[in-house]
Order: sequence, then structure tokens, then C-alpha cells
Amino acid sequence: MSLKVQDVRVMESRLIEKLSILADAAKYDVSCSSSGGKRKNENKGLGNAEGMGICHSYTEDGRCVSLLKILLTNHCIYDCAYCVTRRSNDVKRAAFTVQEVVDLTINFYRRNYIEGLFLSSGIFKNADYTMERLVRVAKKLRQEHKFNGCIHLKTIPGASEELIKEAGLYADRLSVNIELPSEMSLQQLAPEKNYKEVLEPMGSIKQQLVQAKEEKKLFKSAPGFAPAGQSTQLIVGASAENDHQILQLSSQLYKDFSLKRVYYSGYVPISSDNRLPIITEPPIIRENRIYQADWLMRFYGFDAKEIVDEQHPHLDLEIDPKLGWALRNRHAFPVEVNTADYELILRVPGIGIKSAQKIVSARRFTQLSFEHLRQMGVVLKRAKYFITCQTKSLQRQDFESELIRRKILFGEGSVRSALLTQQLDLFKQVG
Amino acid sequence: MHFYTYDGTFEGLLTLVFEAYERKAWPTSIAQEHLAQPGMFGENIAVVTEEQKTARVWQGLQKKLSINAQQALYHTYLWEQPGFEQIIFDYIRLAFSSEQNIEGNYAAPCVLQVQQAAKQVHREKHRMEAFVRFQKTADGLYFATISPDFNVLPLIVRHFERRYADQRWAIYDTNRRYGAYYDLRQVSLVNLDLPPHQRPTSLAPEVKDADEDVYQQLWQVYFDNVNIPERRNPKLHLRHIPRRYWKYLSEKQPRQLR
Ligand code: SF4
Repeated sequence: MSLKVQDVRVMESRLIEKLSILADAAKYDVSCSSSGGKRKNENKGLGNAEGMGICHSYTEDGRCVSLLKILLTNHCIYDCAYCVTRRSNDVKRAAFTVQEVVDLTINFYRRNYIEGLFLSSGIFKNADYTMERLVRVAKKLRQEHKFNGCIHLKTIPGASEELIKEAGLYADRLSVNIELPSEMSLQQLAPEKNYKEVLEPMGSIKQQLVQAKEEKKLFKSAPGFAPAGQSTQLIVGASAENDHQILQLSSQLYKDFSLKRVYYSGYVPISSDNRLPIITEPPIIRENRIYQADWLMRFYGFDAKEIVDEQHPHLDLEIDPKLGWALRNRHAFPVEVNTADYELILRVPGIGIKSAQKIVSARRFTQLSFEHLRQMGVVLKRAKYFITCQTKSLQRQDFESELIRRKILFGEGSVRSALLTQQLDLFKQVG
Repeated sequence: MHFYTYDGTFEGLLTLVFEAYERKAWPTSIAQEHLAQPGMFGENIAVVTEEQKTARVWQGLQKKLSINAQQALYHTYLWEQPGFEQIIFDYIRLAFSSEQNIEGNYAAPCVLQVQQAAKQVHREKHRMEAFVRFQKTADGLYFATISPDFNVLPLIVRHFERRYADQRWAIYDTNRRYGAYYDLRQVSLVNLDLPPHQRPTSLAPEVKDADEDVYQQLWQVYFDNVNIPERRNPKLHLRHIPRRYWKYLSEKQPRQLR
């Protein structure tokens, strides 16, 4: 009897060790979100995914924890320089069984820890062998457990089209990670991979998505295909591409492959491989600015070209890209909030989507004042340089762009000290 | 001056609106019966909830307001912050007195306030849906406690009913002392006013399922290992999960030693 308890204990601690290794190895992949899926619980089964994904927790670095994000295994036959799982890296290896992943998912889900599963894997044996197992997990969850939670599968580079097609039957979202923003970097850092191998499955997923949608129109009961679409991840700062190249690529991906999301992951220096740049900290601010730019493209009607171009290929790290655009395009301002088009109001720094909508709605009732705007959540500290309210401005004079930039960055009246700080910064950089 | 009291229910508040219109006596203050202090100078009006009057007001509102705005009004009631009755009253009065639909008129204080209260309630609802942690009992019930800032339990049951259609679950609000129980067929709200020392916050060891501790521990292990220390950002972390929510999160409890 006591032996049995011991056996259970040993199994439990094996599982704990596997989970710690395979969660740790998966954590750098940020292309993980549970939103956008729709899988209604119509079979009295387990789980229901509708619209917005839920963050059930947040890591200490402030990222959303929504899905159980793990690798099936961190054994890998490839040797990609930027990856902890690469063959030549000296780390502990582990592998889950299909059943273990299924049990973890179900039990976490029932306790309301997660929205579902995000499963990726190192490549063991070969691409199809690995992909087949990922598909098996998803199939088991859907068929044996009537699981309606979110399943996001990573497609393994080089896996066959049939397997990807099958994956799409069970998964809500599929992702193919491009990782490096240009073919050249990919050749350097991940010599066993190539762009064709990455873009081909992306193209075929897109085709399947389109086809499934068409079939759905004809027959309501037609099988769905990855209803939450596909996404990818680009690593920022592991290779030499500038922001212009990166945003150009994402903008193209959104258009050509109708991606739902492109995720950006500031390169975390995990590897001493000499093919990689030597940095001590991940480029978090740059990553953040790229996300803001991506946001502007998707929700604010900006074109990639308006944010960065060949002449200005880098995003300004000090100010957000929307303010940057406004300062470069002073001729578009000031905007009269009581009459201007929604699209223009949306371009004013300090006015977000919510407040822009409120403005357009409220001005049908009355002429808006600055006080109204403040109440609606407009950040006047920023917006005041770019708007008028009933033709009045909060600014008595017109400022140069450079001055506005400083006032917003360092506060009103602190022009002198601002200059000082900047100089101090310069000294620091030199020293 | 007209000092109104009512029984604290949403229905009671709507009856109050009816009475105020009938008397053409706009409230100077609105308070719940058990909290009210009678005014010295002026009329004290104790409203008795009546289904018909409630229904009349609500039907009137349905003609004037979209479903969203009706919901926002109800959410303002669940918001429970000082002055919510007056905000609701002002909103209803503005709606009845305007030809036009008033919902987008954020320049009117009560419209903006209702929108903001509803937003806060909605946010708390969303947080509870995220941060509720069920513990499994030996007889297969999934049990959780909450103590939300606003009274959101009635708003979250639908979410859990849809999500956990195949498991029995219960959620108990330890502050407001009532709970929701799902028995595989339907959800019922139950009052359960236990003395303070008996109010459950976590399951007693003897009623826990044998696997419960293991899964809590696995979740902690997972949480610890998805973190990227190089990106540590405590400020952002706290903004997302303010400390007052930690008590429910197993990943925020001390690590078990094995
Ligand atoms: S194939 Fe994937 S898991 Fe393997 S080394 Fe490359 S990036 Fe890492």
C-alpha cells in the first residue's frame, strides 16, 4: 500500500519536472493569444470560447497568461542560433506523452486557470513525426473530451500539407513562425530552415481558410478550419533588420496571408552563439514601439509607409509613433473636434479609439468644450497642441515641433531642465 | 425637500421613480431603508416596491433605450457606490424628458457617469471571470470564493454556466454572503449567511479531491517557469493583477514543499 503512494509521488514529481522544462522552453514564443476563436458549447461538453480571450494571470514581466503554453518536447534535430532548444545547447531534455498534455489541459481548464492549450514542439525524428503527435493531442481533446476551449497549434516547419490540413480541423488557430525578418538572417541563424518552407504552409493555411469559409456559406455543417485564423512571430534584435524592414514585412503578411496577428518578440540574450549580437538586455522599448506601430496599422488606419520609410527607417524610441507622425505632419493640424472626420480625430495624439468615438457621438447633441473632452478621457496634455474646440485653442502660440516634443516628454515649463537631462544622457552614452 | 427610501432592490428603485413622477416630487436624497436617516425638514417618503409600478417604468425605458443602455443602468445599480441611485434617477429622467435618444450624449454628467460606472462593473466582471479559481472537492464539486469590488456575481454566472456545462460548480461571494450553484441543469442563487468563522475561503483538507493539491502545485510550477526574468516588470504586473486579487490565485500562494 505504502509502495503505491510512493509510486504516485514519483510520477507526480516526474510530471512536475517535465512541466518546468517544457514550459520554460516555450516561454519565448509570444505568438500566443486566445482571442478571436468562437467555439460554442453546444454539446454540453467542456468549455466555451467566445470572442475575447481571457487573461487568467500575468507573469511577473507583465505578460498575459491565457493558454497553457508548452512544448511537447524540447528534443530537436535543428540548431537555430536564437533558440534555447537548439541541438547544440546543453540543456535538460524532456518529452510529454500525448495523454499527459491532454490531462494537464483538462484539469487546468476545469479549475479556470486557462483558456486552452498552445502547443508547440522541438522537432524529434522529423517534421511529420512531430506534427502528427501535436495533431493527436488536439484530436483527443476535441473528440474524447468534448473540449471546446481554445487550441492553438504551431505548425512544424516542413510538415506535410495533409497533416496541416488535419491540424486545422481541430485547432482554433495555427501559427507558422517566421522568426527572422529576412531570408538572409534566416540563412545565417537557422541554416536548416528557409523562407520557402515557412511561407508555403502559410500560403496553404490561407487557402484552406478561404476554402472553408466558402464551404461554410454553402453548407452550414461543413467542417471549420482554424476559425481563429493564423498568426506568426518575428524576433526583433537578433538580426540586423531595421524597423522599416520589419513593419514592411508585417504589413505584407497582413495583406498577402490575411494573418490575424504578427507578434514581435524582443530577442532575449539566451545564447552565446557567435552568430548573434552581444546584448545584455532584451530590446523591450523597441519591441513596444513596434507593437504600437502595428496597432496603428491595424486599428488607426495608418499605412506602414507613414510610420517609417527609407529615409527614417527607425522608430523613435522616446516618443510613440503616433505622436511622431503628428510632429512630422503639422500641416494636418489643428483639427477642430466639433467638425473633423472621425479618421482625423483618431490621428490626434492623446485621443484613443474610445474617446474618438465618444467625441463623434456627443457632438451631435452639443458643441463640445475642452472640459467635455477631459471628461471623456482625452489626454489634453498631448492633444492640446493638435486640436481646437469651437475654434478656440488651449495654446496661445504656435510651437515648433521640436518644442512640443520636449514639452510632452519633459513637462510644461521644463524646457531648460529638459535640455539638461538630454545632455546628461548624451554624456552617459559617451562615457 | 423629499427624502426617499426604498428596499435596496433594483425593482424598488424603479418603483421609486414611478412614485416621484406621480408626486412630481424630485428626490433630494435616495437611501436604502436600513441605512437611511430621516430628514428633519421636509417630506420623508418610504417607497414600497410594487411589481406593476416597476414594470411600467421599465417598459417605458425599453421604448427609450437600447438593450446596451438598459444593461448599463442595471450595471450602475450593481456598482453600489455612493450616489448610484441619484445617477440612475437623473439618467432615467433625462431619458424620459428627451425626444431624442440620449445614450450618446456624453456631455450630460449622468450619461457619462452611467457609462463610467458600467465600465467599472464590466471590468470587475471580466476580472472575476479571469481570477476565479475552482478547487475540486472529493465529491466532484468545483468550488470558488470571490469578494468583488462591485456586485458582479449575477453577471458572471452565465459565463461559467456556458463554460462548465459538464461539471457541478459553486461560487460564493464572501462579502455579500450569497452564492451561485450549478447542478448540471441550472444555476440557482442561494443566500448562505454563515457566521464569520465559518465562511469558507478555501477547502478544508478532508473535503478536497485527492488530486487537488497536485494540480495547484503544477499550476504554480507552470507560472514560475513561463516568467522571463530578463523582462521583469513589477509595475506592469501589479497594474494587471492588483494585490487585492492575489488571495484567490493559487499561483500567488506560498510554494508547497514536497
Ligand atoms: S527548429 Fe524550432 S525548436 Fe528546433 S532549434 Fe529551431 S527554432 Fe528551436
